[in-house]
Amino acid sequence: MDFLITILQLIDGTIRVSTPLILAALAGLCSERGGVIDIGLEGKMLGAAFVAATVAYMTGSAWLGLLAAIAASVALSLIHGFASITHHGNQVVSGMAINIIVAGLAPTIGNAIFHINGDTPPLPHAARFTAIDLPFAASLADVPVIGPVYSGVISGHSFTTYLAFALVPFVAWMLYKTRFGLRLRAVGENPEAVDTAGVSVQWLRYRAVMIAGVLCGIAGTSLSTSLGASFIRDMTAGKGYLALAAMIFGKWRPKTTLLACLIFAFTDTLQARLQGVELPVVGEIPVQFIIMLPYALTVFLLAGFVGKVVAPAADGEPYIKEH
Amino acid sequence: MTGPGAQAVSAAGGAIPPAVELIGLNKHFGPVHANRDVCISVPRGTVHGIVGENGAGKSTMMAMLYGFYKADSGRIRINGEDVHITSPSDAISRGIGMVHQHFMLVEPFTVLENVILGVEQGGMIQGSLNHARKELRRLGEEYGLEVDPDARIRDLPVGLQQRVEILKALYRGAETLILDEPTGVLTPQEADHLFRILDTLRSQGKTVILITHKLREIMAVTDNVSVMRRGTMVAHRPTAETSKEELAELMVGRKVLLRVEKGEAKPGECVVSLENVSYTDDMGRERLKDINLSICTGEILGIAGVSGNGQSELLEVLSGISPISRGRIMFKGEEIAAPGKQSNPQELRRAGIAHVAEDRHRMGMIMDFTAAENTILGYHRGKEINGPVLMDLKKVEGRCMEHMEKFDVRPPIPGLAASGFSGGNQQKIVLAREMEENPDLLLVGQPTRGVDIGAIEFIHKQLITMRDAGKAVLLVSVELDEIMSLADRILVMFDGRIIGEVAAKDATEQALGLMMAGCENPAAGKQECGGDE
Amino acid sequence: MAAPKKLPVWVNAGLIPLINLMAAFAISAVVILAVGENPIEAAGHILYGAFGFGEGIGYTLYYATNFIFTGLAVAMAFHCFLFNIGGEGQAYIGGLGIGLVCLYMGNLPFWAILPLAVMGGALFGGLWALIPAYLQAKRGSHIVITTIMFNFIASSVMTFLLVDWLKKPGSQLPETRHFAEAAFMPKVHEMLASVGLDVARSPLNLSFLIALLCCLGVWIFIWRTRWGYEIRASGKNPKAAVYGGISPSKAIILSMCISGALAGLVGLNELMGVQHRVVVNFTNGYGFVGIAIALMGRNHPLGIIFASLLMGALYQGGAELAFEMPTLTSDMIWTIQGFVILFTGALEHMFRPQLERIFIKSDSEGEVYE
Repeated sequence: MDFLITILQLIDGTIRVSTPLILAALAGLCSERGGVIDIGLEGKMLGAAFVAATVAYMTGSAWLGLLAAIAASVALSLIHGFASITHHGNQVVSGMAINIIVAGLAPTIGNAIFHINGDTPPLPHAARFTAIDLPFAASLADVPVIGPVYSGVISGHSFTTYLAFALVPFVAWMLYKTRFGLRLRAVGENPEAVDTAGVSVQWLRYRAVMIAGVLCGIAGTSLSTSLGASFIRDMTAGKGYLALAAMIFGKWRPKTTLLACLIFAFTDTLQARLQGVELPVVGEIPVQFIIMLPYALTVFLLAGFVGKVVAPAADGEPYIKEH
Repeated sequence: MTGPGAQAVSAAGGAIPPAVELIGLNKHFGPVHANRDVCISVPRGTVHGIVGENGAGKSTMMAMLYGFYKADSGRIRINGEDVHITSPSDAISRGIGMVHQHFMLVEPFTVLENVILGVEQGGMIQGSLNHARKELRRLGEEYGLEVDPDARIRDLPVGLQQRVEILKALYRGAETLILDEPTGVLTPQEADHLFRILDTLRSQGKTVILITHKLREIMAVTDNVSVMRRGTMVAHRPTAETSKEELAELMVGRKVLLRVEKGEAKPGECVVSLENVSYTDDMGRERLKDINLSICTGEILGIAGVSGNGQSELLEVLSGISPISRGRIMFKGEEIAAPGKQSNPQELRRAGIAHVAEDRHRMGMIMDFTAAENTILGYHRGKEINGPVLMDLKKVEGRCMEHMEKFDVRPPIPGLAASGFSGGNQQKIVLAREMEENPDLLLVGQPTRGVDIGAIEFIHKQLITMRDAGKAVLLVSVELDEIMSLADRILVMFDGRIIGEVAAKDATEQALGLMMAGCENPAAGKQECGGDE
Repeated sequence: MAAPKKLPVWVNAGLIPLINLMAAFAISAVVILAVGENPIEAAGHILYGAFGFGEGIGYTLYYATNFIFTGLAVAMAFHCFLFNIGGEGQAYIGGLGIGLVCLYMGNLPFWAILPLAVMGGALFGGLWALIPAYLQAKRGSHIVITTIMFNFIASSVMTFLLVDWLKKPGSQLPETRHFAEAAFMPKVHEMLASVGLDVARSPLNLSFLIALLCCLGVWIFIWRTRWGYEIRASGKNPKAAVYGGISPSKAIILSMCISGALAGLVGLNELMGVQHRVVVNFTNGYGFVGIAIALMGRNHPLGIIFASLLMGALYQGGAELAFEMPTLTSDMIWTIQGFVILFTGALEHMFRPQLERIFIKSDSEGEVYE
């Protein structure tokens, strides 16, 4: 029974921890399906986390924090778009620049406002996205099987988590069923075909990066106002890159990407639980090795399991009219 | 040059305004004046040919009509009405459709998805898909353009892909259809089929503008023809009143030889032979199937075929770029390739196999490198230009200069980036590199693609000289004319196999064309070939 | 296709980077204004801190030393069209190699330790880059992601080693014991003092010269050897490389290993020159700065020297700035760097059309090329 409870707790933790990963991976997916590589997920998330915490702290409203975070993240997307769509710049370099700018800018501004070494003060309960109890969660809690699963695992997550999971089918629907999705996929495969069909390549790609901005905004918000209770410098800790790896591992498809995100989140949850625990046979694993688990897994998955992945054909290629 | 008024008398009668008129169009790309005061008038319901050499400005002119580029000055009139076309969607809404030389199709999409792209109605695509399915059936019946609406583009042969492009334009309500070099990827029979479709379109009142550099096609299908040279329009003629020879002279600006002069081949012993060679690519598709062939000294072996039937792969396994999965390749008595055994292209070059790649942009050259750096690609480890550590750049430059003089490369500047040379001069740099090392076997792919006529003559002469010097030459080309005039023996490839061999002197375009379409024994007649023609 | 008219070399290699840099500084000034400080005053502090006095200049050059190593590393990989973001981890692990040599061969004289330390740093750094390189070359794993992951892994590995294995007995700090004095890199002020020249004390040491030698070496390697030719060919056009008998996989692995080796030499300056022991996080972001250095310096060793001097000045001046204006910490320098990468890297062509209009007169005769 203890074992089962541990499993359920692990699943519960996985779901919570996967929130920013899913959102960021979907962001990367929308952007790259449109042909724009987005290494800047990390920076956008970090910037959004900072803005969300700051605004939520100042206004006392997590919702205003969310809106501001989305605005900030979209602004960063537009910089990326300006460099890589309008000026045909190197998309990897542009994304990297955004990551470095935000890594410096967020603590600089934070320091100017709060004077606590670049972090923000802890958020009060009301200014966070906290656990939502789904209907009947309390009354069903004692029912065998259904109780622990529904009340313990499915219920009790924050708004951002439910939003993240709801966005997976939404993004899939958008990509495969709507006009915008058709054009987006086309522009990531063959922008010239889109251009000669009389549709603006640039505007499509700008919309793609802006969607990525919105999703990273939500992802960042979940980090500082839901999973955590303040902004801490470098709090993304590589999640943006993990999300990219998840997207590649998920072959640029929403549902498989979700699966990949859950694997990463599970490793992360596991590592948190393994710290300081005596395991049979191997004994206690040094904490440093546990911490590097998700990163090592990323390398391992990218190297071993993905095999030959087929990215969107025009991914990372600036569109320049030839003559 | 004649003004637009001169040919305003339309074939269909003076009362109907021309479908398309371009008046005094100019277009610069930076310092290059790509179109200069270009005028043309295309009567409605006609097939109008536009000929000119590579870079004469044909595509630029059509790109302006299609709204892909904006003209610097000049007017466009459609059905007698001045219009401003600033984007492809403007052109589409004015009834202009275009079939590009490189198809503008999204490969992983289905035919239907490609057809509705950009003209979807409403936010959801399902309704448009349904509508397009019905429309395609109707258009298919009306013009003889049937295609499976649910097939994915990447699974379709090029001929059908082109059909999708035409359907795309018709679905968008095109009244005037521009076709840019449409027959480059087709067999002669497929080309004939296309021309029949164009005939049908014309009889239904559509206007067709056909851009090509193949004079045979102009003579076969067009009503009128306009000739471009170096960015200007040099002549307009009713097709019935002109000839291939006149058009060629107008295109180049001087008299040209349309046939290559060469003596009888004197083949000697065989230098290279492929024995039951197969090759499977990274995706697991078998690209070469049981190839047997040999090439002897003093002969040019031509490989004909629609592109994508294994010719590129044949060059690649012979030059050491790709491994083979079955059989073996012997060169001068030594095994150079077998399953699990692959020779490096550099070793093979040292052993005497030189290779002029089909696509110099993607493979044969590095466009960002200088001409001098390109001169040593594949020979860059040679002892003559390398010390123990350092490379002797003076010698590299010297070698490049020698090549440039011998092959008349202009401008003769070794330090200039390859991208700064014209197509013809780029090709000469590649040819010089591969020929000047005195190989025993020269592999040549598409030697005159994107090359002006002057350079074509030069390159053809060089290949003949190689042959007469007792070298073995393998020539791959999609230009049947080129194969037929240069090669001594011709093999035809289809679907990774060699489907037939003919001596050049016995070859006819008809027979080769049928073999290119997969018919092993053209003498047996069309019906038994199983083609869809 | 038209022959593109080229901008004069001085515009291309001098004016454009300069304008891009100015744009980055202008945006940075706006940020400084936004956090309530005076950018002109801030610039004054930076300039004074970097060049105003002897010790400052020494520090500027000392920082520049690190940046030359990491900048060369990034440039080396760029020539093969690889984006090596793993300089940080490679420098860190390279430092381990240097540290091990200094710790366990400290009884040797300096002239013997130095080459061994160089080899140790290069070997460890190079091997740390080899794994992502191999995965990129053979498995197609995106090198940007794997090198970043290897930074995290390097950090974990080093903390583990410093805490559990290499820690000085009896100490709580995650650092090794001090090196023997024979393993100290001679300081420039000491060397100059021995020939009678008196300059201010600073951490500037012999490794600055080693860095300059590396610049020369990289320049020769890239443009004057067949291996450099192969790396550049693979970077520009892998298909053409294969056609020319060059293996892009080998080129990827070779360039990444050299790249990692160069990054691995940061420890010469930091550990042998200054810390005299292996400490946790001694790389301090220098590996990331290499990206900005390479972009600013256009992947050319000469440009990298200039860019390193500039960034060294920013770092040293930034320390002075943080002292004078406590709001503007090293985070601000980090931000400026980000803008430098954005403007000199991703937006490098932003001002080009305007400059082309100024410097290339339109050929009104309009010769048509093919």
